[in-house]
Amino acid sequence: MNTDTHATAADHHHHDDHAHGTLSTYLLGFVLSVVLTAIPFWLVMSGALPSKQITALVIMAFAVVQIVVHMIYFLHMNTTSENGWSMMALIFTIVMVVIALSGSLWVMNHLNSNMMPVHEMGGMK
Amino acid sequence: MSPDLIKLIFGRLSIESLPLHEPIVVGTFVVVALGGITLLGGLTYFRVWGYLWREWFTTVDHKRIGIMYMILGIVMLLRGFADALMMRGQQMLAFNGSEGYLNAHHYDQVFTAHGVIMIFFVAMPLVTGLMNYVVPLQIGARDVSFPFLNNFSFWMTVGGAVLVMASLFIGEFARTGWLAYPPLSNIGYSPDVGVDYYIWALQVAGVGTTLSGINLICTIVKLRAPGMTMMRMPVFTWTSLCTNVLIVASFPVLTVVLALLSLDRYVGTNFFTNDFGGSPMMYVNLIWIWGHPEVYILVLPAFGIFSEVTSTFSGKRLFGYTSMVYATVVITILSYLVWLHHFFTMGSGASVNSFFGITTMIISIPTGAKMFNWLFTMYRGRIRFELPMMWTIAFMLTFVIGGMTGVLLAVPPADFVLHNSLFLIAHFHNVIIGGVVFGAFAGITYWFPKAFGFKLDPFWGKMSFWFWVTGFYLAFMPLYVLGLMGVTRRLRVFDDPSLQIWFVIAAIGAGLVFLGILSMLMQFAVSFLKREQLKDVTGDPWDARTLEWATSSPPPAYNFAFTPVVHDNDAWWDMKKRGYQRPLTGFKPIHMPSNTGTGIILAGFATAMGFGLIWYIWWLAAASFIAMLAVGIGHTFNYHRDFNIPADEVVRTEDARTQLLAGAKS
Repeated sequence: MNTDTHATAADHHHHDDHAHGTLSTYLLGFVLSVVLTAIPFWLVMSGALPSKQITALVIMAFAVVQIVVHMIYFLHMNTTSENGWSMMALIFTIVMVVIALSGSLWVMNHLNSNMMPVHEMGGMK
Repeated sequence: MSPDLIKLIFGRLSIESLPLHEPIVVGTFVVVALGGITLLGGLTYFRVWGYLWREWFTTVDHKRIGIMYMILGIVMLLRGFADALMMRGQQMLAFNGSEGYLNAHHYDQVFTAHGVIMIFFVAMPLVTGLMNYVVPLQIGARDVSFPFLNNFSFWMTVGGAVLVMASLFIGEFARTGWLAYPPLSNIGYSPDVGVDYYIWALQVAGVGTTLSGINLICTIVKLRAPGMTMMRMPVFTWTSLCTNVLIVASFPVLTVVLALLSLDRYVGTNFFTNDFGGSPMMYVNLIWIWGHPEVYILVLPAFGIFSEVTSTFSGKRLFGYTSMVYATVVITILSYLVWLHHFFTMGSGASVNSFFGITTMIISIPTGAKMFNWLFTMYRGRIRFELPMMWTIAFMLTFVIGGMTGVLLAVPPADFVLHNSLFLIAHFHNVIIGGVVFGAFAGITYWFPKAFGFKLDPFWGKMSFWFWVTGFYLAFMPLYVLGLMGVTRRLRVFDDPSLQIWFVIAAIGAGLVFLGILSMLMQFAVSFLKREQLKDVTGDPWDARTLEWATSSPPPAYNFAFTPVVHDNDAWWDMKKRGYQRPLTGFKPIHMPSNTGTGIILAGFATAMGFGLIWYIWWLAAASFIAMLAVGIGHTFNYHRDFNIPADEVVRTEDARTQLLAGAKS
């Protein structure tokens, strides 16, 4: 009966299913981070791109890639760690952040465009 | 002493800060002080301080922390409800030229304090307390993942409550409404300490809530008994998981919004000011990104309680378990997509308003699915109308009305007529009292025998039930009528005498609710006195279905001598059906966390820091902050974090239960 209905105490200690990096993955992550930092730095210093807007957008794109590199190589994010809970939590977080940011921008921008211009207030009866 | 020195020591605090000119507050203070002295004197006389400190204040046992959360919630309910009675009294009297008995300065604090206390220090502790107590038992765990953190979270919540209570007698509370919208809450319009009390009470308590959310998510994800897959979790555990995900995702938003508001107030930034590029509307937008998930944080666990109660008292497996889980998850996601319905009238155009109106209406679909699941669970069940079930039926009837008025308010054109009116007040009290409060009461009566080993007295329970339910309808149905007639919220005096009768009815309703609360306190007292008669030795007084009923009542410190193995959704029901025999031999020592006083000390310093910041007593704030760091670092050197309950103590505990069970059978 015991073996069937009750787990032994040993079962309660979970085996370690964290992902671990190796020296080569850490080095790869480090090199990628440096490259991804150096290129935007060079873009700004040399002014290689024609306009500031384009430079800013390119830098932001590099920043996003940089985030992904950090998550994969330093935070060991993959689809299997913690039985997929890490990935699930990441997706949920991204969804929440996107909703909150894009929603706020949309709402606040819309408020702005619908606000009554001050000079018309005087004419209201 | 020079004025500069006094200012350095006491900041803004002076003898004028004490509200001696308010006879009502002074009277309350005298009563509270006398009661407090009696209580403290009694505790000292009976020499229970040591016991309380060792066994309760420093405990890391999730069950005791859960019980302390419930006590906090009920104590604060008395405070919050006293505010409600004062408002009902004021609005009933202030007609025909009468000013009522509350001046505007005081009345504005009363309605603000009522809202803040009821949401943050009544509903949240009740919900968190039930989750804390029940979730580890339901999943067959020995405690939460981080027992010390749990203790710390509780005391931070208490710290916030202490700050709110302090504002009653030292200085004053905010006069801004419960969400403290700027520009009113900015320093220019609220220069006194009220809004600062509000900010720091919520920030201190918010730390506790967020950490407790992380703790419970981790517990549910990592500590489930073997065999309990996600889709075999009890529904209450599922709703707790979703609630805590919402807490962790949304409370940081509140923290940031309040931090920005305090920057505006303390260092003169312009995030939410009218000029210099600030936008008060951004505050409204951000605080509702937290605020809407917050109401689902409160109601989802209540849905879980009703699910457990319905299937237990109908003697049936829950109808549509899978759809119940998916409905909960869908509500969790959707609760992030509706926040704008709290400010349809702020100035967004048709496209924004229709988007949020439609998402709001969509959220009623999973909620409706849940309602039908409960109905179908009851259908052809052998229903026992015990108290938890009665609260559930009252919830189903009441919540549906609140839901329908909610869908009505979700229509933007209708909201333009009804926003800020008493119709809105009636709506959200209808769903929060009908959903969260009735849910908490169902949960309390349902799990009380598990926590204390005896049932609650049914007579006083039924008294409380009928007073609450009739009182609720009398108190809030008139507000729907008044709201439809265009009466706005937070008014102190009225011109139109024809409205008075509705306020009188509402006040009578509030009086009945008051009797309901008294009956509930009476119920606890009577049940304690009659505990031998109401005793339950089986550990399973309701013939229930989930794992918490597999252990003794009250459960031993270690919950389960052996971790159970789960084969079915209703794990305990399945065990009973298969002729489960309690193991009587082979006990091993059990590894448990040790109690620690660090949590209460840290929270004490955090509260002192909040007090220092509120009154500009900078030395106190700085000293408390440094002390917090020191205690926190000191705690990392505490190596006495765990101990083993020796095997023979486990044997003694389990043998005692064996004898009790044998006695019950003979």
